[in-house]
Amino acid sequence: MSLRSAIETATTGVDRWVWGAGHALHLNRFLDQSCLNGHREALAGKSVLIRTADQLTSAAALIELDGIASRILVCPPDIKQDHVPIIAAQAEIDAVVTTGDQPSVTALGANRTVICQHLPTPAARSPSPELETEWLLLTSGTTGAPKIVRHTLQSLTGVIRPAAVGKAPAIWSTFYDFRRYGGLQIFLRAIVGGGSLVLSDANEPVSDFLDRLAARGVTHMSGTPSHWRRALMNTNVSVFNPSYVRMSGEIADQKIIDSLRETFPKAAIGHAYASTEAGVVFAVDDELEGFPASMIGTSDLGIEVKLVDDTLRIKSRLTATNYVGPGAPPLRDDDGFVDTGDIVERRGDRYYFVGRRGGIINVGGLKVHPEEVEAVINRHRAVHMSLVKSRKNPITGAIIVADVVLTARDAVADEAQLRSEILTECREVLPSYKVPALVRFVPKLDIAESGKLIRPNA
Amino acid sequence: MREAIISELKTIAQEHGKTLAPLSDKLVLSDSGLDSLCFAILVARLEDKFGFDPFTASDEAVFPVTLGDFIGLYQKDAA
Repeated sequence: MSLRSAIETATTGVDRWVWGAGHALHLNRFLDQSCLNGHREALAGKSVLIRTADQLTSAAALIELDGIASRILVCPPDIKQDHVPIIAAQAEIDAVVTTGDQPSVTALGANRTVICQHLPTPAARSPSPELETEWLLLTSGTTGAPKIVRHTLQSLTGVIRPAAVGKAPAIWSTFYDFRRYGGLQIFLRAIVGGGSLVLSDANEPVSDFLDRLAARGVTHMSGTPSHWRRALMNTNVSVFNPSYVRMSGEIADQKIIDSLRETFPKAAIGHAYASTEAGVVFAVDDELEGFPASMIGTSDLGIEVKLVDDTLRIKSRLTATNYVGPGAPPLRDDDGFVDTGDIVERRGDRYYFVGRRGGIINVGGLKVHPEEVEAVINRHRAVHMSLVKSRKNPITGAIIVADVVLTARDAVADEAQLRSEILTECREVLPSYKVPALVRFVPKLDIAESGKLIRPNA
Repeated sequence: MREAIISELKTIAQEHGKTLAPLSDKLVLSDSGLDSLCFAILVARLEDKFGFDPFTASDEAVFPVTLGDFIGLYQKDAA
């Protein structure tokens, strides 16, 4: 299977589109078109790096080259310029597809650069693809050059089912950039599953994006809890009426699940657990935070989930194969499991995400997961979102402090009173070293391009 | 400044359910009824209030023994 054969199979009579903020691709016609300026065949068998400013042009190049190129690496928008040559060398890139508005790529050692058109022009249909193209994705690590992980179209789309016969195909969208794992999942659900897709645009105000989602009749919408919190703060969210609301990429706490339920009374609301390395693991649709203990074990889809030292480990045909490049560390352990670094805690018949192994704050020798403290703070009715972080301390090495964004209607309330209420709630359920020493009220929290809260000590 | 420090000290003791020993300059901090986490929080809150932390600012790794020493460090740095 390639993306083009998947489009051919999944397209019946219905018009299918990938809409960018400006122009759009008509998928029904795109199989007989090209954006590659006549260079498509010259890229056969090459390791191709795709780097464009806008998502739609990357999407067009990706659809055209899957099944033709031997490897494809689509650069996410926030890739650091000085990381590009390192990544290109590790991935043994020998051709670059770009839009000409990108920083110079001549230093990459690639012997061919193709300038991609924004608008497709008629072109001969490609012969049946012969290659199983390797899909190289970048991890969203915060320090150093990102690691490169290898997937195939099979590992990325293994759980995607074609649309049910007789049902209107889904119109998907996501707050994510599709060039990151979370967004790519939605892109593939739309392309392989027979639907259409509305792409986000980094330069577009949330309010305008919500208008576009409404205008295109988007039915299925995905993003991180941080993305959704930002959308819920926008009064224009009322124009949008999806039937499926999905979260991934961060811990979905009960507060955000309940807020989405209140805002979208008719929508199904779910949160999915997946990562670039571990692939799709499971989705939770009972509108409760955490996940049922029955998810540990082997699922109907053959996905094995186990716990080692309270950390989730995953083995399935949907995980990435390996990290790419000389000296790259192993991605799976000897038994074939991927260590996610996500730590969970069992309470009753459910497991709850408490944080990431790399994000632990050490308070006088005791471990604190910022996320578990945030979950408690977020329960307060006046709290919209929060960020718990480490502050250096001469006595305990570090202590934890919290930055809190209040909901609009509480922003003018008595801060001292709210602070005291929040801290009282924390003290009721958390040991004292996990209670923030300071609570600061801030107008907003920064969200990274990946859609996740920026964690300074992560 | 003295009043601000004493007041914050009492607040933290109350928040953590600690019984404070009678406060005087001679009170040895380790006998005050507060644990090291309480002092860590005190230093953090005073840093927010006064804009400095005399422990991190100083090159000497000296920790005050009595409450009087503790308050003195803040008064010295504020002067």
